[in-house]
Amino acid sequence: MDLTEFTITQAHEGLKKKEFSSVDLTKAYLEKIKKSDLNSFLSFDENWAIEQAGEADKKIAKGDFGMLCGIPCSIKDAIMVDGQKCTAASKILENYVAPYDATVVKKLKEAGAVILGKTNTDEFTMGASTENSAFGVTKNPHDKTRVAGGSSGGSAASVAANEACYSLGSDTGGSIRLPASFCGVAGLCPTYGSVSRYGLIAHASSLDQIGPMTKSVEDAKIVFEIISGKDPMDATSANYKFEESKTQIKGLKIGVPKEYFAEGLDKEVEGIIRDAIKRAEKAGAEIVEISLPNTKYAIACYYIIVPSEASANLARFDGIRYGLSKPGNDLLDVYVKSRGEGFGSEPKRRIMVGTHSLSSGYYDAYYKKAQEVRQLIRDDFAKVFEKVDLIFCPVAPFPAFKIGEKVDDPLSMYLVDLYTGAVKLAGLPGLSVPVGKINGLPVGLQIIGNHFQENKILSAGMWIEKN
Amino acid sequence: MISKEEVSHIAKLARLELTEKENEKMQKDLSAILDYFNLLKKAPKPEKIVKSKGDLSAARKDEASHRDAGLVEKLMALAPDKKDGYIKVKAIF
Repeated sequence: MDLTEFTITQAHEGLKKKEFSSVDLTKAYLEKIKKSDLNSFLSFDENWAIEQAGEADKKIAKGDFGMLCGIPCSIKDAIMVDGQKCTAASKILENYVAPYDATVVKKLKEAGAVILGKTNTDEFTMGASTENSAFGVTKNPHDKTRVAGGSSGGSAASVAANEACYSLGSDTGGSIRLPASFCGVAGLCPTYGSVSRYGLIAHASSLDQIGPMTKSVEDAKIVFEIISGKDPMDATSANYKFEESKTQIKGLKIGVPKEYFAEGLDKEVEGIIRDAIKRAEKAGAEIVEISLPNTKYAIACYYIIVPSEASANLARFDGIRYGLSKPGNDLLDVYVKSRGEGFGSEPKRRIMVGTHSLSSGYYDAYYKKAQEVRQLIRDDFAKVFEKVDLIFCPVAPFPAFKIGEKVDDPLSMYLVDLYTGAVKLAGLPGLSVPVGKINGLPVGLQIIGNHFQENKILSAGMWIEKN
Repeated sequence: MISKEEVSHIAKLARLELTEKENEKMQKDLSAILDYFNLLKKAPKPEKIVKSKGDLSAARKDEASHRDAGLVEKLMALAPDKKDGYIKVKAIF
């Protein structure tokens, strides 16, 4: 029996029946991590993991314990865990030790979770392949010559390769859903505001969200229920409480956006997604062709807004309060040298694009225009959700690509976010659920819902996973 | 194509030191990215800008919040240069 193959639900049952302990589980995962050549983890703390498992076993012995108690997980290295390194996969934070817990981590700890370690990401979560990590690419467990997707590539690979039972990732324009699709795991990007962002290293604050990456959709629901809700430490968190939905496939109105099945979509990916849609139709769902006419502007809009916000967020890395500091002749010299040395090429590119878009003389043409287009994209989705319950579409135009394939062409990397970026501009939730494979490479179906309708998405996702 | 001088100007605004090689690559990358942004010129104007749903911009009360003892020490420990409980910085000039 390989303990690391269990879902959260299965592992919980095993703990309940005393078939194994949390320490057994944790040791099994640590063995996998130590033998791994995927580079999914940037750091892990063996002794601390076993210590947490021991504490969980005490709670389990008392009989009163929740679903996550004693279950080992991994956390993306952009989310702070008190006392552990948090690098955001950047040289500028190489030696940064988190001074407090992110709210999501606090909630997991209260639920008795065992944190194994911190997973690889594109630097400051900026990328779609984990190739932008300052500490090496994460390999796809299904084909080690290919990327795991990004930016939460380490989280996705760790779950897919049984190096963790589940993981927390973060999603700005696809960073949970894309690696979930590439690695064949479930990944939920929640509605903007349903999960606290306190303790997540900021990328683009009007889009960033933390969410679960799991072996099953049911597991995603379990984790989401625990991490969601209002947090006084995050003013953008909403008064939201997860409620079970009675959503059934029969009678469900599913929108299929024609713009997401246009040029650029791999034919085999299209076939797999259309098959999944057909299965829902056979089960009684009503399939409605819909249009999101402003899709063509989404990537350009996204790549103005995100770098603009990132350029402001990354201003805090100045070599003064924390992180890499290079000596200089005066204060300005310290700033430019620390930032020049500490940031990798993608953060630099985004800081430059963002600074330019916000600068005098260019603001109206870029940033202001992008904000207007963002409204058009919001309106597109709002109109569609007057007619349908959920949207079914691909997560990515193709399965996992080769390591190095897009690395020299940032624009082609940006276009990977085609089906995941617009959703975020509208603040909507989206789930990636594995629905097929092409030559051994997983393909995810994206299920998009209206604001705060994660319950509907998850119900439909659980159905699709089983049928 | 965006010029070397323009890249240097943006880098100055962004407080970034770029090497000669980085500047060259940035000219190429920024030009391609900014060209792509031209697409937005064709986009229509929205009727009105509506903020996202939900009560996402509620300000908290302006009160000091309680934080764990020891947080200040942890934060101070992260500062690269300090003296007598203060973070030390270089002179502006």
